[in-house]
Amino acid sequence: MQILKSAVGRKVLMAITGQSMVLFAVVHMLGNSSIFVGPDGINAYAKHLHDLGALVWLFRAGLFALAAIHIFYAIQLTLENSAANPAGYAVKKQIKATFASSTMIWTGVVIMAFIVYHLLHFTARLTPGVVQGVDALGRFDVFTMVVSAFKNFGTSAIYVIAMAALFLHLSHGIQSFFQTMGWNTDKTQCTISAIGKAVAFILLAGYVVIPLSILASALIK
Amino acid sequence: MSDHNSNTMNLTLQVWRQKGPNAPGKLETYEAKHVSPDMSFLEMLDEVNETLIKKGVDPIAFDHDCREGICGMCSQVVNGVPHGGQDRTTVCQLHMRSFKDGDTIFIEPWRARAFPVIKDLAVDRSALDTIIQAGGYVSCHTGGVADGNAILIPKPEADYAMDAAECIGCGACVAGCPNGSAMLFTSAKVAQLAVLPQGKAEAATRVNAMTEALKECGFGNCTNHYECQASCPKGINVKFIAKLNREYLKAIAN
Ligand code: HEM
Ligand code: SF4
Ligand code: FES
Repeated sequence: MQILKSAVGRKVLMAITGQSMVLFAVVHMLGNSSIFVGPDGINAYAKHLHDLGALVWLFRAGLFALAAIHIFYAIQLTLENSAANPAGYAVKKQIKATFASSTMIWTGVVIMAFIVYHLLHFTARLTPGVVQGVDALGRFDVFTMVVSAFKNFGTSAIYVIAMAALFLHLSHGIQSFFQTMGWNTDKTQCTISAIGKAVAFILLAGYVVIPLSILASALIK
Repeated sequence: MSDHNSNTMNLTLQVWRQKGPNAPGKLETYEAKHVSPDMSFLEMLDEVNETLIKKGVDPIAFDHDCREGICGMCSQVVNGVPHGGQDRTTVCQLHMRSFKDGDTIFIEPWRARAFPVIKDLAVDRSALDTIIQAGGYVSCHTGGVADGNAILIPKPEADYAMDAAECIGCGACVAGCPNGSAMLFTSAKVAQLAVLPQGKAEAATRVNAMTEALKECGFGNCTNHYECQASCPKGINVKFIAKLNREYLKAIAN
C-alpha cells in the first residue's frame, strides 16, 4: 500500500496512533483519580473494568496494536531521518526546534520501557514486593497495592521520571498531530501549540500527584 | 581598501574546504582584513578569494548568481544558520554591518544526503528539480498567451498562491532541517498549485508524485520542528506543509 511507504502516510499513521494513545492516557488518568475517593473508589473502579471480561482483552489488543504501529514507524522514520542528514555542521543553531522535538525517539524509548515496567508492576504484578490482597468486600485491593508501592521512594521516582518523559513527548506530539493531519494554519498554530502543552501538563500533573501525595503522606506519618 | 577607514573590520573565517564530492573536507581558517560594513557577505568572500589567488591558493568555491535575493543560488550556512539568520534575507543580501570587528564566522555548505557537496560551499541541489519534475507543474496545451482575466481567481486564493510561489528554491529549508527534509519546498509548490483553478485538476496525482520523489531523492521526513520556516529567506510558512498533508489525505480519500 502506498500509505505505508509514503513520507506523509506513515506520519499520519504515527499521528493517529499517538493521538489515540493520548486519549487513552487522559481516560486512564481520570480513572486513576478515583484513588482519592479512597479504597472504595479505585477498588470499585477496577472491579467494574475487570467485569467487562472479553472486552478488556479486546481493548488491550487495540492498545497494543496502536503502540506497535506507533513504535514501528517511529523507529523507521527516525532511522531514515538521521540517514538523510548524515554529516553534522561544525556549528548549528536551532531556531524553532525544541529540546522536546529533538528528543522524541528518546522520550519514546523511556515511555516504552516504562510501559513494560508498569504492566509488570500493576497489571501482571510480577515485580518483587507487590502487595496483593482483597478488601472487605472481597474485591482485589488496588488501593493498598498502589499506596504501598508508592511509599517506596525509588518506585515513585520511576513513575515521576516516566511521566516527565511523557510530558516532553506530548508537548511536541499533540500539536504535531494537528499539523500532520493538516488541521493547522498559521492562525491556529500558536493556540494549538499552547493547548498541546497544556494537555501534556495536565497529564503530567494528574499522574504524578498520586505517587507524590502518597510519598508526602508517608513522610509526614 | 585602506586602513584609514576606521569603520572597516578584521574577521576570522572558518570555511569548509572540500576538493570534490568524495574528497574529505575540513574547516580552514582565513583572515578577512579591512572589510567594509557596506560589503555584502559575498563581496567579502570575493575579496578573500582575491587574496587567496594572489597567494596561489585555490579560491573558495561558492554558488551565486543574481546577488539580489531572487535566484536562490547562494547557499551558505553562516554561524550555524542557513543564509546567516537575518529575517527574510538570502546570504547575498546579508551585509557585513551585521558583524563586528574581531568576529569569527563559520561558513559551511548546505548539509543533507540529498545535497552532495560539489566543491567547498557549492552543493548539488538538482534533487529539488527532480521533485518539481515529478509534479510541480500544470499539464495544459500551451498556445498563445491566455487572456489575463480569462479565469477569475478570488483575491484570497491569488494571495495565498503568491505567498507560496515566493519560494526561490534555494534549499535553506533542507539545510536547516534536522531531518534533511525538503517538505517546506515541496509543500510550497503543492499548495500554490492546489489552490488555483488551473492546478486543482491534478492536485491528487501531484501531491503523491512529489512526496514520492522527495523520498526517492533521499530527503528525510518532516517531524514538524518548523526549523525550515525559521531558515527560509522568503518566509515560506509551515501552513503550506499542513496544506500538503491535507492534500495528501484528500488524495487518499478520493
Ligand atoms: C512507546 C514508545 C514510543 C516511542 C518510541 C515513540 C516515538 C515517537 C516518535 C519518534 C515520534 C515522531 C516525532 C514526530 O514526528 O514529531 C512520535 C510522535 C508522537 N507520539 Fe510517540 N512514541 C512512543 C509512545 C507514545 C505514547 C505512549 C504516546 C501517547 C500517550 C505518544 C504520542 C505521540 C504523538 C501524539 C506524536 C505526534 C504524532 C505526529 O507525528 O504528528 N507516543 N513518537
Ligand atoms: S521554502 Fe524557503 S528555504 Fe526552502 S527552497 Fe523555498 S525559499 Fe528556499
Ligand atoms: S545569489 Fe541569487 S538569491 Fe542570492
